Amino acid sequence: MKDEGILLTDTREPDAAPPATVHTLYNAGSARSTALIVFLLLLVIIAAIFSAGIGTVSISPEDTILAVAHACATSLQNFLHTYLPAVGNWYDSIPYTVPSPSNPQAELIVVGFRLPRIFLAILTGISLAVAGAVMQGLLRNPLVSPFTLGLSSAAAFGAAVAIVIGPGILGGLVVIGSNSFIIILAFLFGWLSMLLVYGISRARGVNQATLILSGVVIGYIFSAGLTFLQYITNNEKLRDLVVWLMGGMWGASWSAVLLLIPLTLIPFILLERMSWDLNALSAGDDVAKNLGINVNRLRLSGLMISTFAASCCLAFTGIIGFIGLMGPHICRMIIGNDHRYLIPSAGLMGAAILLISDTVARTIMSPVEIPVGVIMYLIGGVFFLFLIMRARGRGLY
Amino acid sequence: MELVLDNVSKAYGSITALDAISFSVGPGELVALVGPNGSGKSTLIKAIATIHNTTGGTITIDGKDIREIDPVDLAVLLGYVPQSFSYTLYSTVFETVLMGRRRYIKWSVSDEELSRVQRSLDALEMGDLAGKYINELSGGERQKVFIARALAQDPEVFLFDEPTSALDIRYQIEVMETMRRITREQNSSMIIAVHDLNLAYRYADAVVFLNKGKMAGYGKPQDILTPDCIRSVYGVDSFVVENECGRFIVPFRARYPG
Repeated sequence: MKDEGILLTDTREPDAAPPATVHTLYNAGSARSTALIVFLLLLVIIAAIFSAGIGTVSISPEDTILAVAHACATSLQNFLHTYLPAVGNWYDSIPYTVPSPSNPQAELIVVGFRLPRIFLAILTGISLAVAGAVMQGLLRNPLVSPFTLGLSSAAAFGAAVAIVIGPGILGGLVVIGSNSFIIILAFLFGWLSMLLVYGISRARGVNQATLILSGVVIGYIFSAGLTFLQYITNNEKLRDLVVWLMGGMWGASWSAVLLLIPLTLIPFILLERMSWDLNALSAGDDVAKNLGINVNRLRLSGLMISTFAASCCLAFTGIIGFIGLMGPHICRMIIGNDHRYLIPSAGLMGAAILLISDTVARTIMSPVEIPVGVIMYLIGGVFFLFLIMRARGRGLY
Repeated sequence: MELVLDNVSKAYGSITALDAISFSVGPGELVALVGPNGSGKSTLIKAIATIHNTTGGTITIDGKDIREIDPVDLAVLLGYVPQSFSYTLYSTVFETVLMGRRRYIKWSVSDEELSRVQRSLDALEMGDLAGKYINELSGGERQKVFIARALAQDPEVFLFDEPTSALDIRYQIEVMETMRRITREQNSSMIIAVHDLNLAYRYADAVVFLNKGKMAGYGKPQDILTPDCIRSVYGVDSFVVENECGRFIVPFRARYPG
């Protein structure tokens, strides 16, 4: 140790080239992270266009894009004529019209059926993976995810309860209110499971393994409830509940998607704003407190928001596992643990995995659909094992 | 910046963890907390860091009660390095040190903040390891990373809970010399819990000797760390050797009752 070194004063010669190790590392890390986010964004967009075109009826990419553009133009025209007639007339005077797709069914198939499903997969993937990344950071446990904490099963159970008892309670309102009723119950049960897990995590002497164990057990309890509902309910609803138990994108509709867009994006923004506090929390509660962070408030609000986002999506998809755990971890292996980049890239990774898996699941044995989990666990699992093999020796785990 | 503890006590139910602790630390002063396992060193450090609440007495910085200071402002005054670390999601060395600047970072990280991280790492000769993940490091290197984070935090008072316990003898001396240098050069205050009485003896300006949560002594090392006092607190016989390198405590025999 040098004796003459002055501690926090820069003793480097002004002319000398700065060693700048920290600067270069930081900038390289930021560049790599940004590149991953851009790559994933493009992947999701391309996968969405591709996915809209394939299925039982194959539609060319041109027709796919025309179908979407034509539907947008028509809806915009209707909207303007209804609410802003003056702008509507000006809009009609534009000499260009979007041509109709050559396949007359294209618009109905793409816009009516496939797009809602694509959007649902993207939004669910984002919500679950973002929630997983944030929960892992908040509870300082790499095994935490909406699925391993029992949240997925609990939210799906809540949704199932709403489906079974909803019509009885809401009566004539069911058509209008059913979506929000399903979401509210999914969130309530999801939050109940999180409260249990949070309470257990705060008890003295509880280690990280106990936390996961209780989460998994809570998940089983709610799965049992779901299976029970399946037995006591009538045939019509039975199919719905089986779907909820397996998880899938069958529940997609434009009304669901329009509801989920803000319910996904607003939590994402709120959670992204917690990035630096999450980074600081990785050094432990005591150090985070010493850095001026209100750890209890951060943990409670973070869990609340991520539970909300995940529950809302799970209410329409049933139990979806895997991406909440793997989406964040795949990104951690590529870019590390800076939550500013981890949260968005995990979300996009989740969206990409779920969208691609769902597309494969509904097309590979067309016209028969297989559950999305089959494909997702297969593709994602193999990819994850590949990353683990590659990451050996690196200190991330 | 003067940190004053006045009659501080803490009880968990009927168990008294700290009892009537009073001492003060001024600028440029290094105080060592010594005492057997379970004597309350960690509890006292956490109480000063406001991680634990106290149940009696006051802790003030320049006359102001630390519990009345906004936690965000307190982060500028007090820098705490815990004894044990349970990392589950690992960061790189420079990301860990950068956390010391959390208070000053809104969203993006300025070059100035990165330069501070660089200087903190350089001060501990850790610059080469900046890109490593902290669990790739040895225990001693990791300890130095956390010290570097406290340096980057640049507080008025440093609180270290046994920073040398995981280190080999070379690192122990290096770390303690670094601590003393920081104290002198930045005119900051430092409270360090240590197990090794000789480290306390050589590097501390004052020693707080704790036994079962009570103060068994407070003053200059040579006045407090005497064979008599060591015998009464630790139940260990020792003698003091003095040669051209200084004075050293040599514990040699545990005393058993009867």
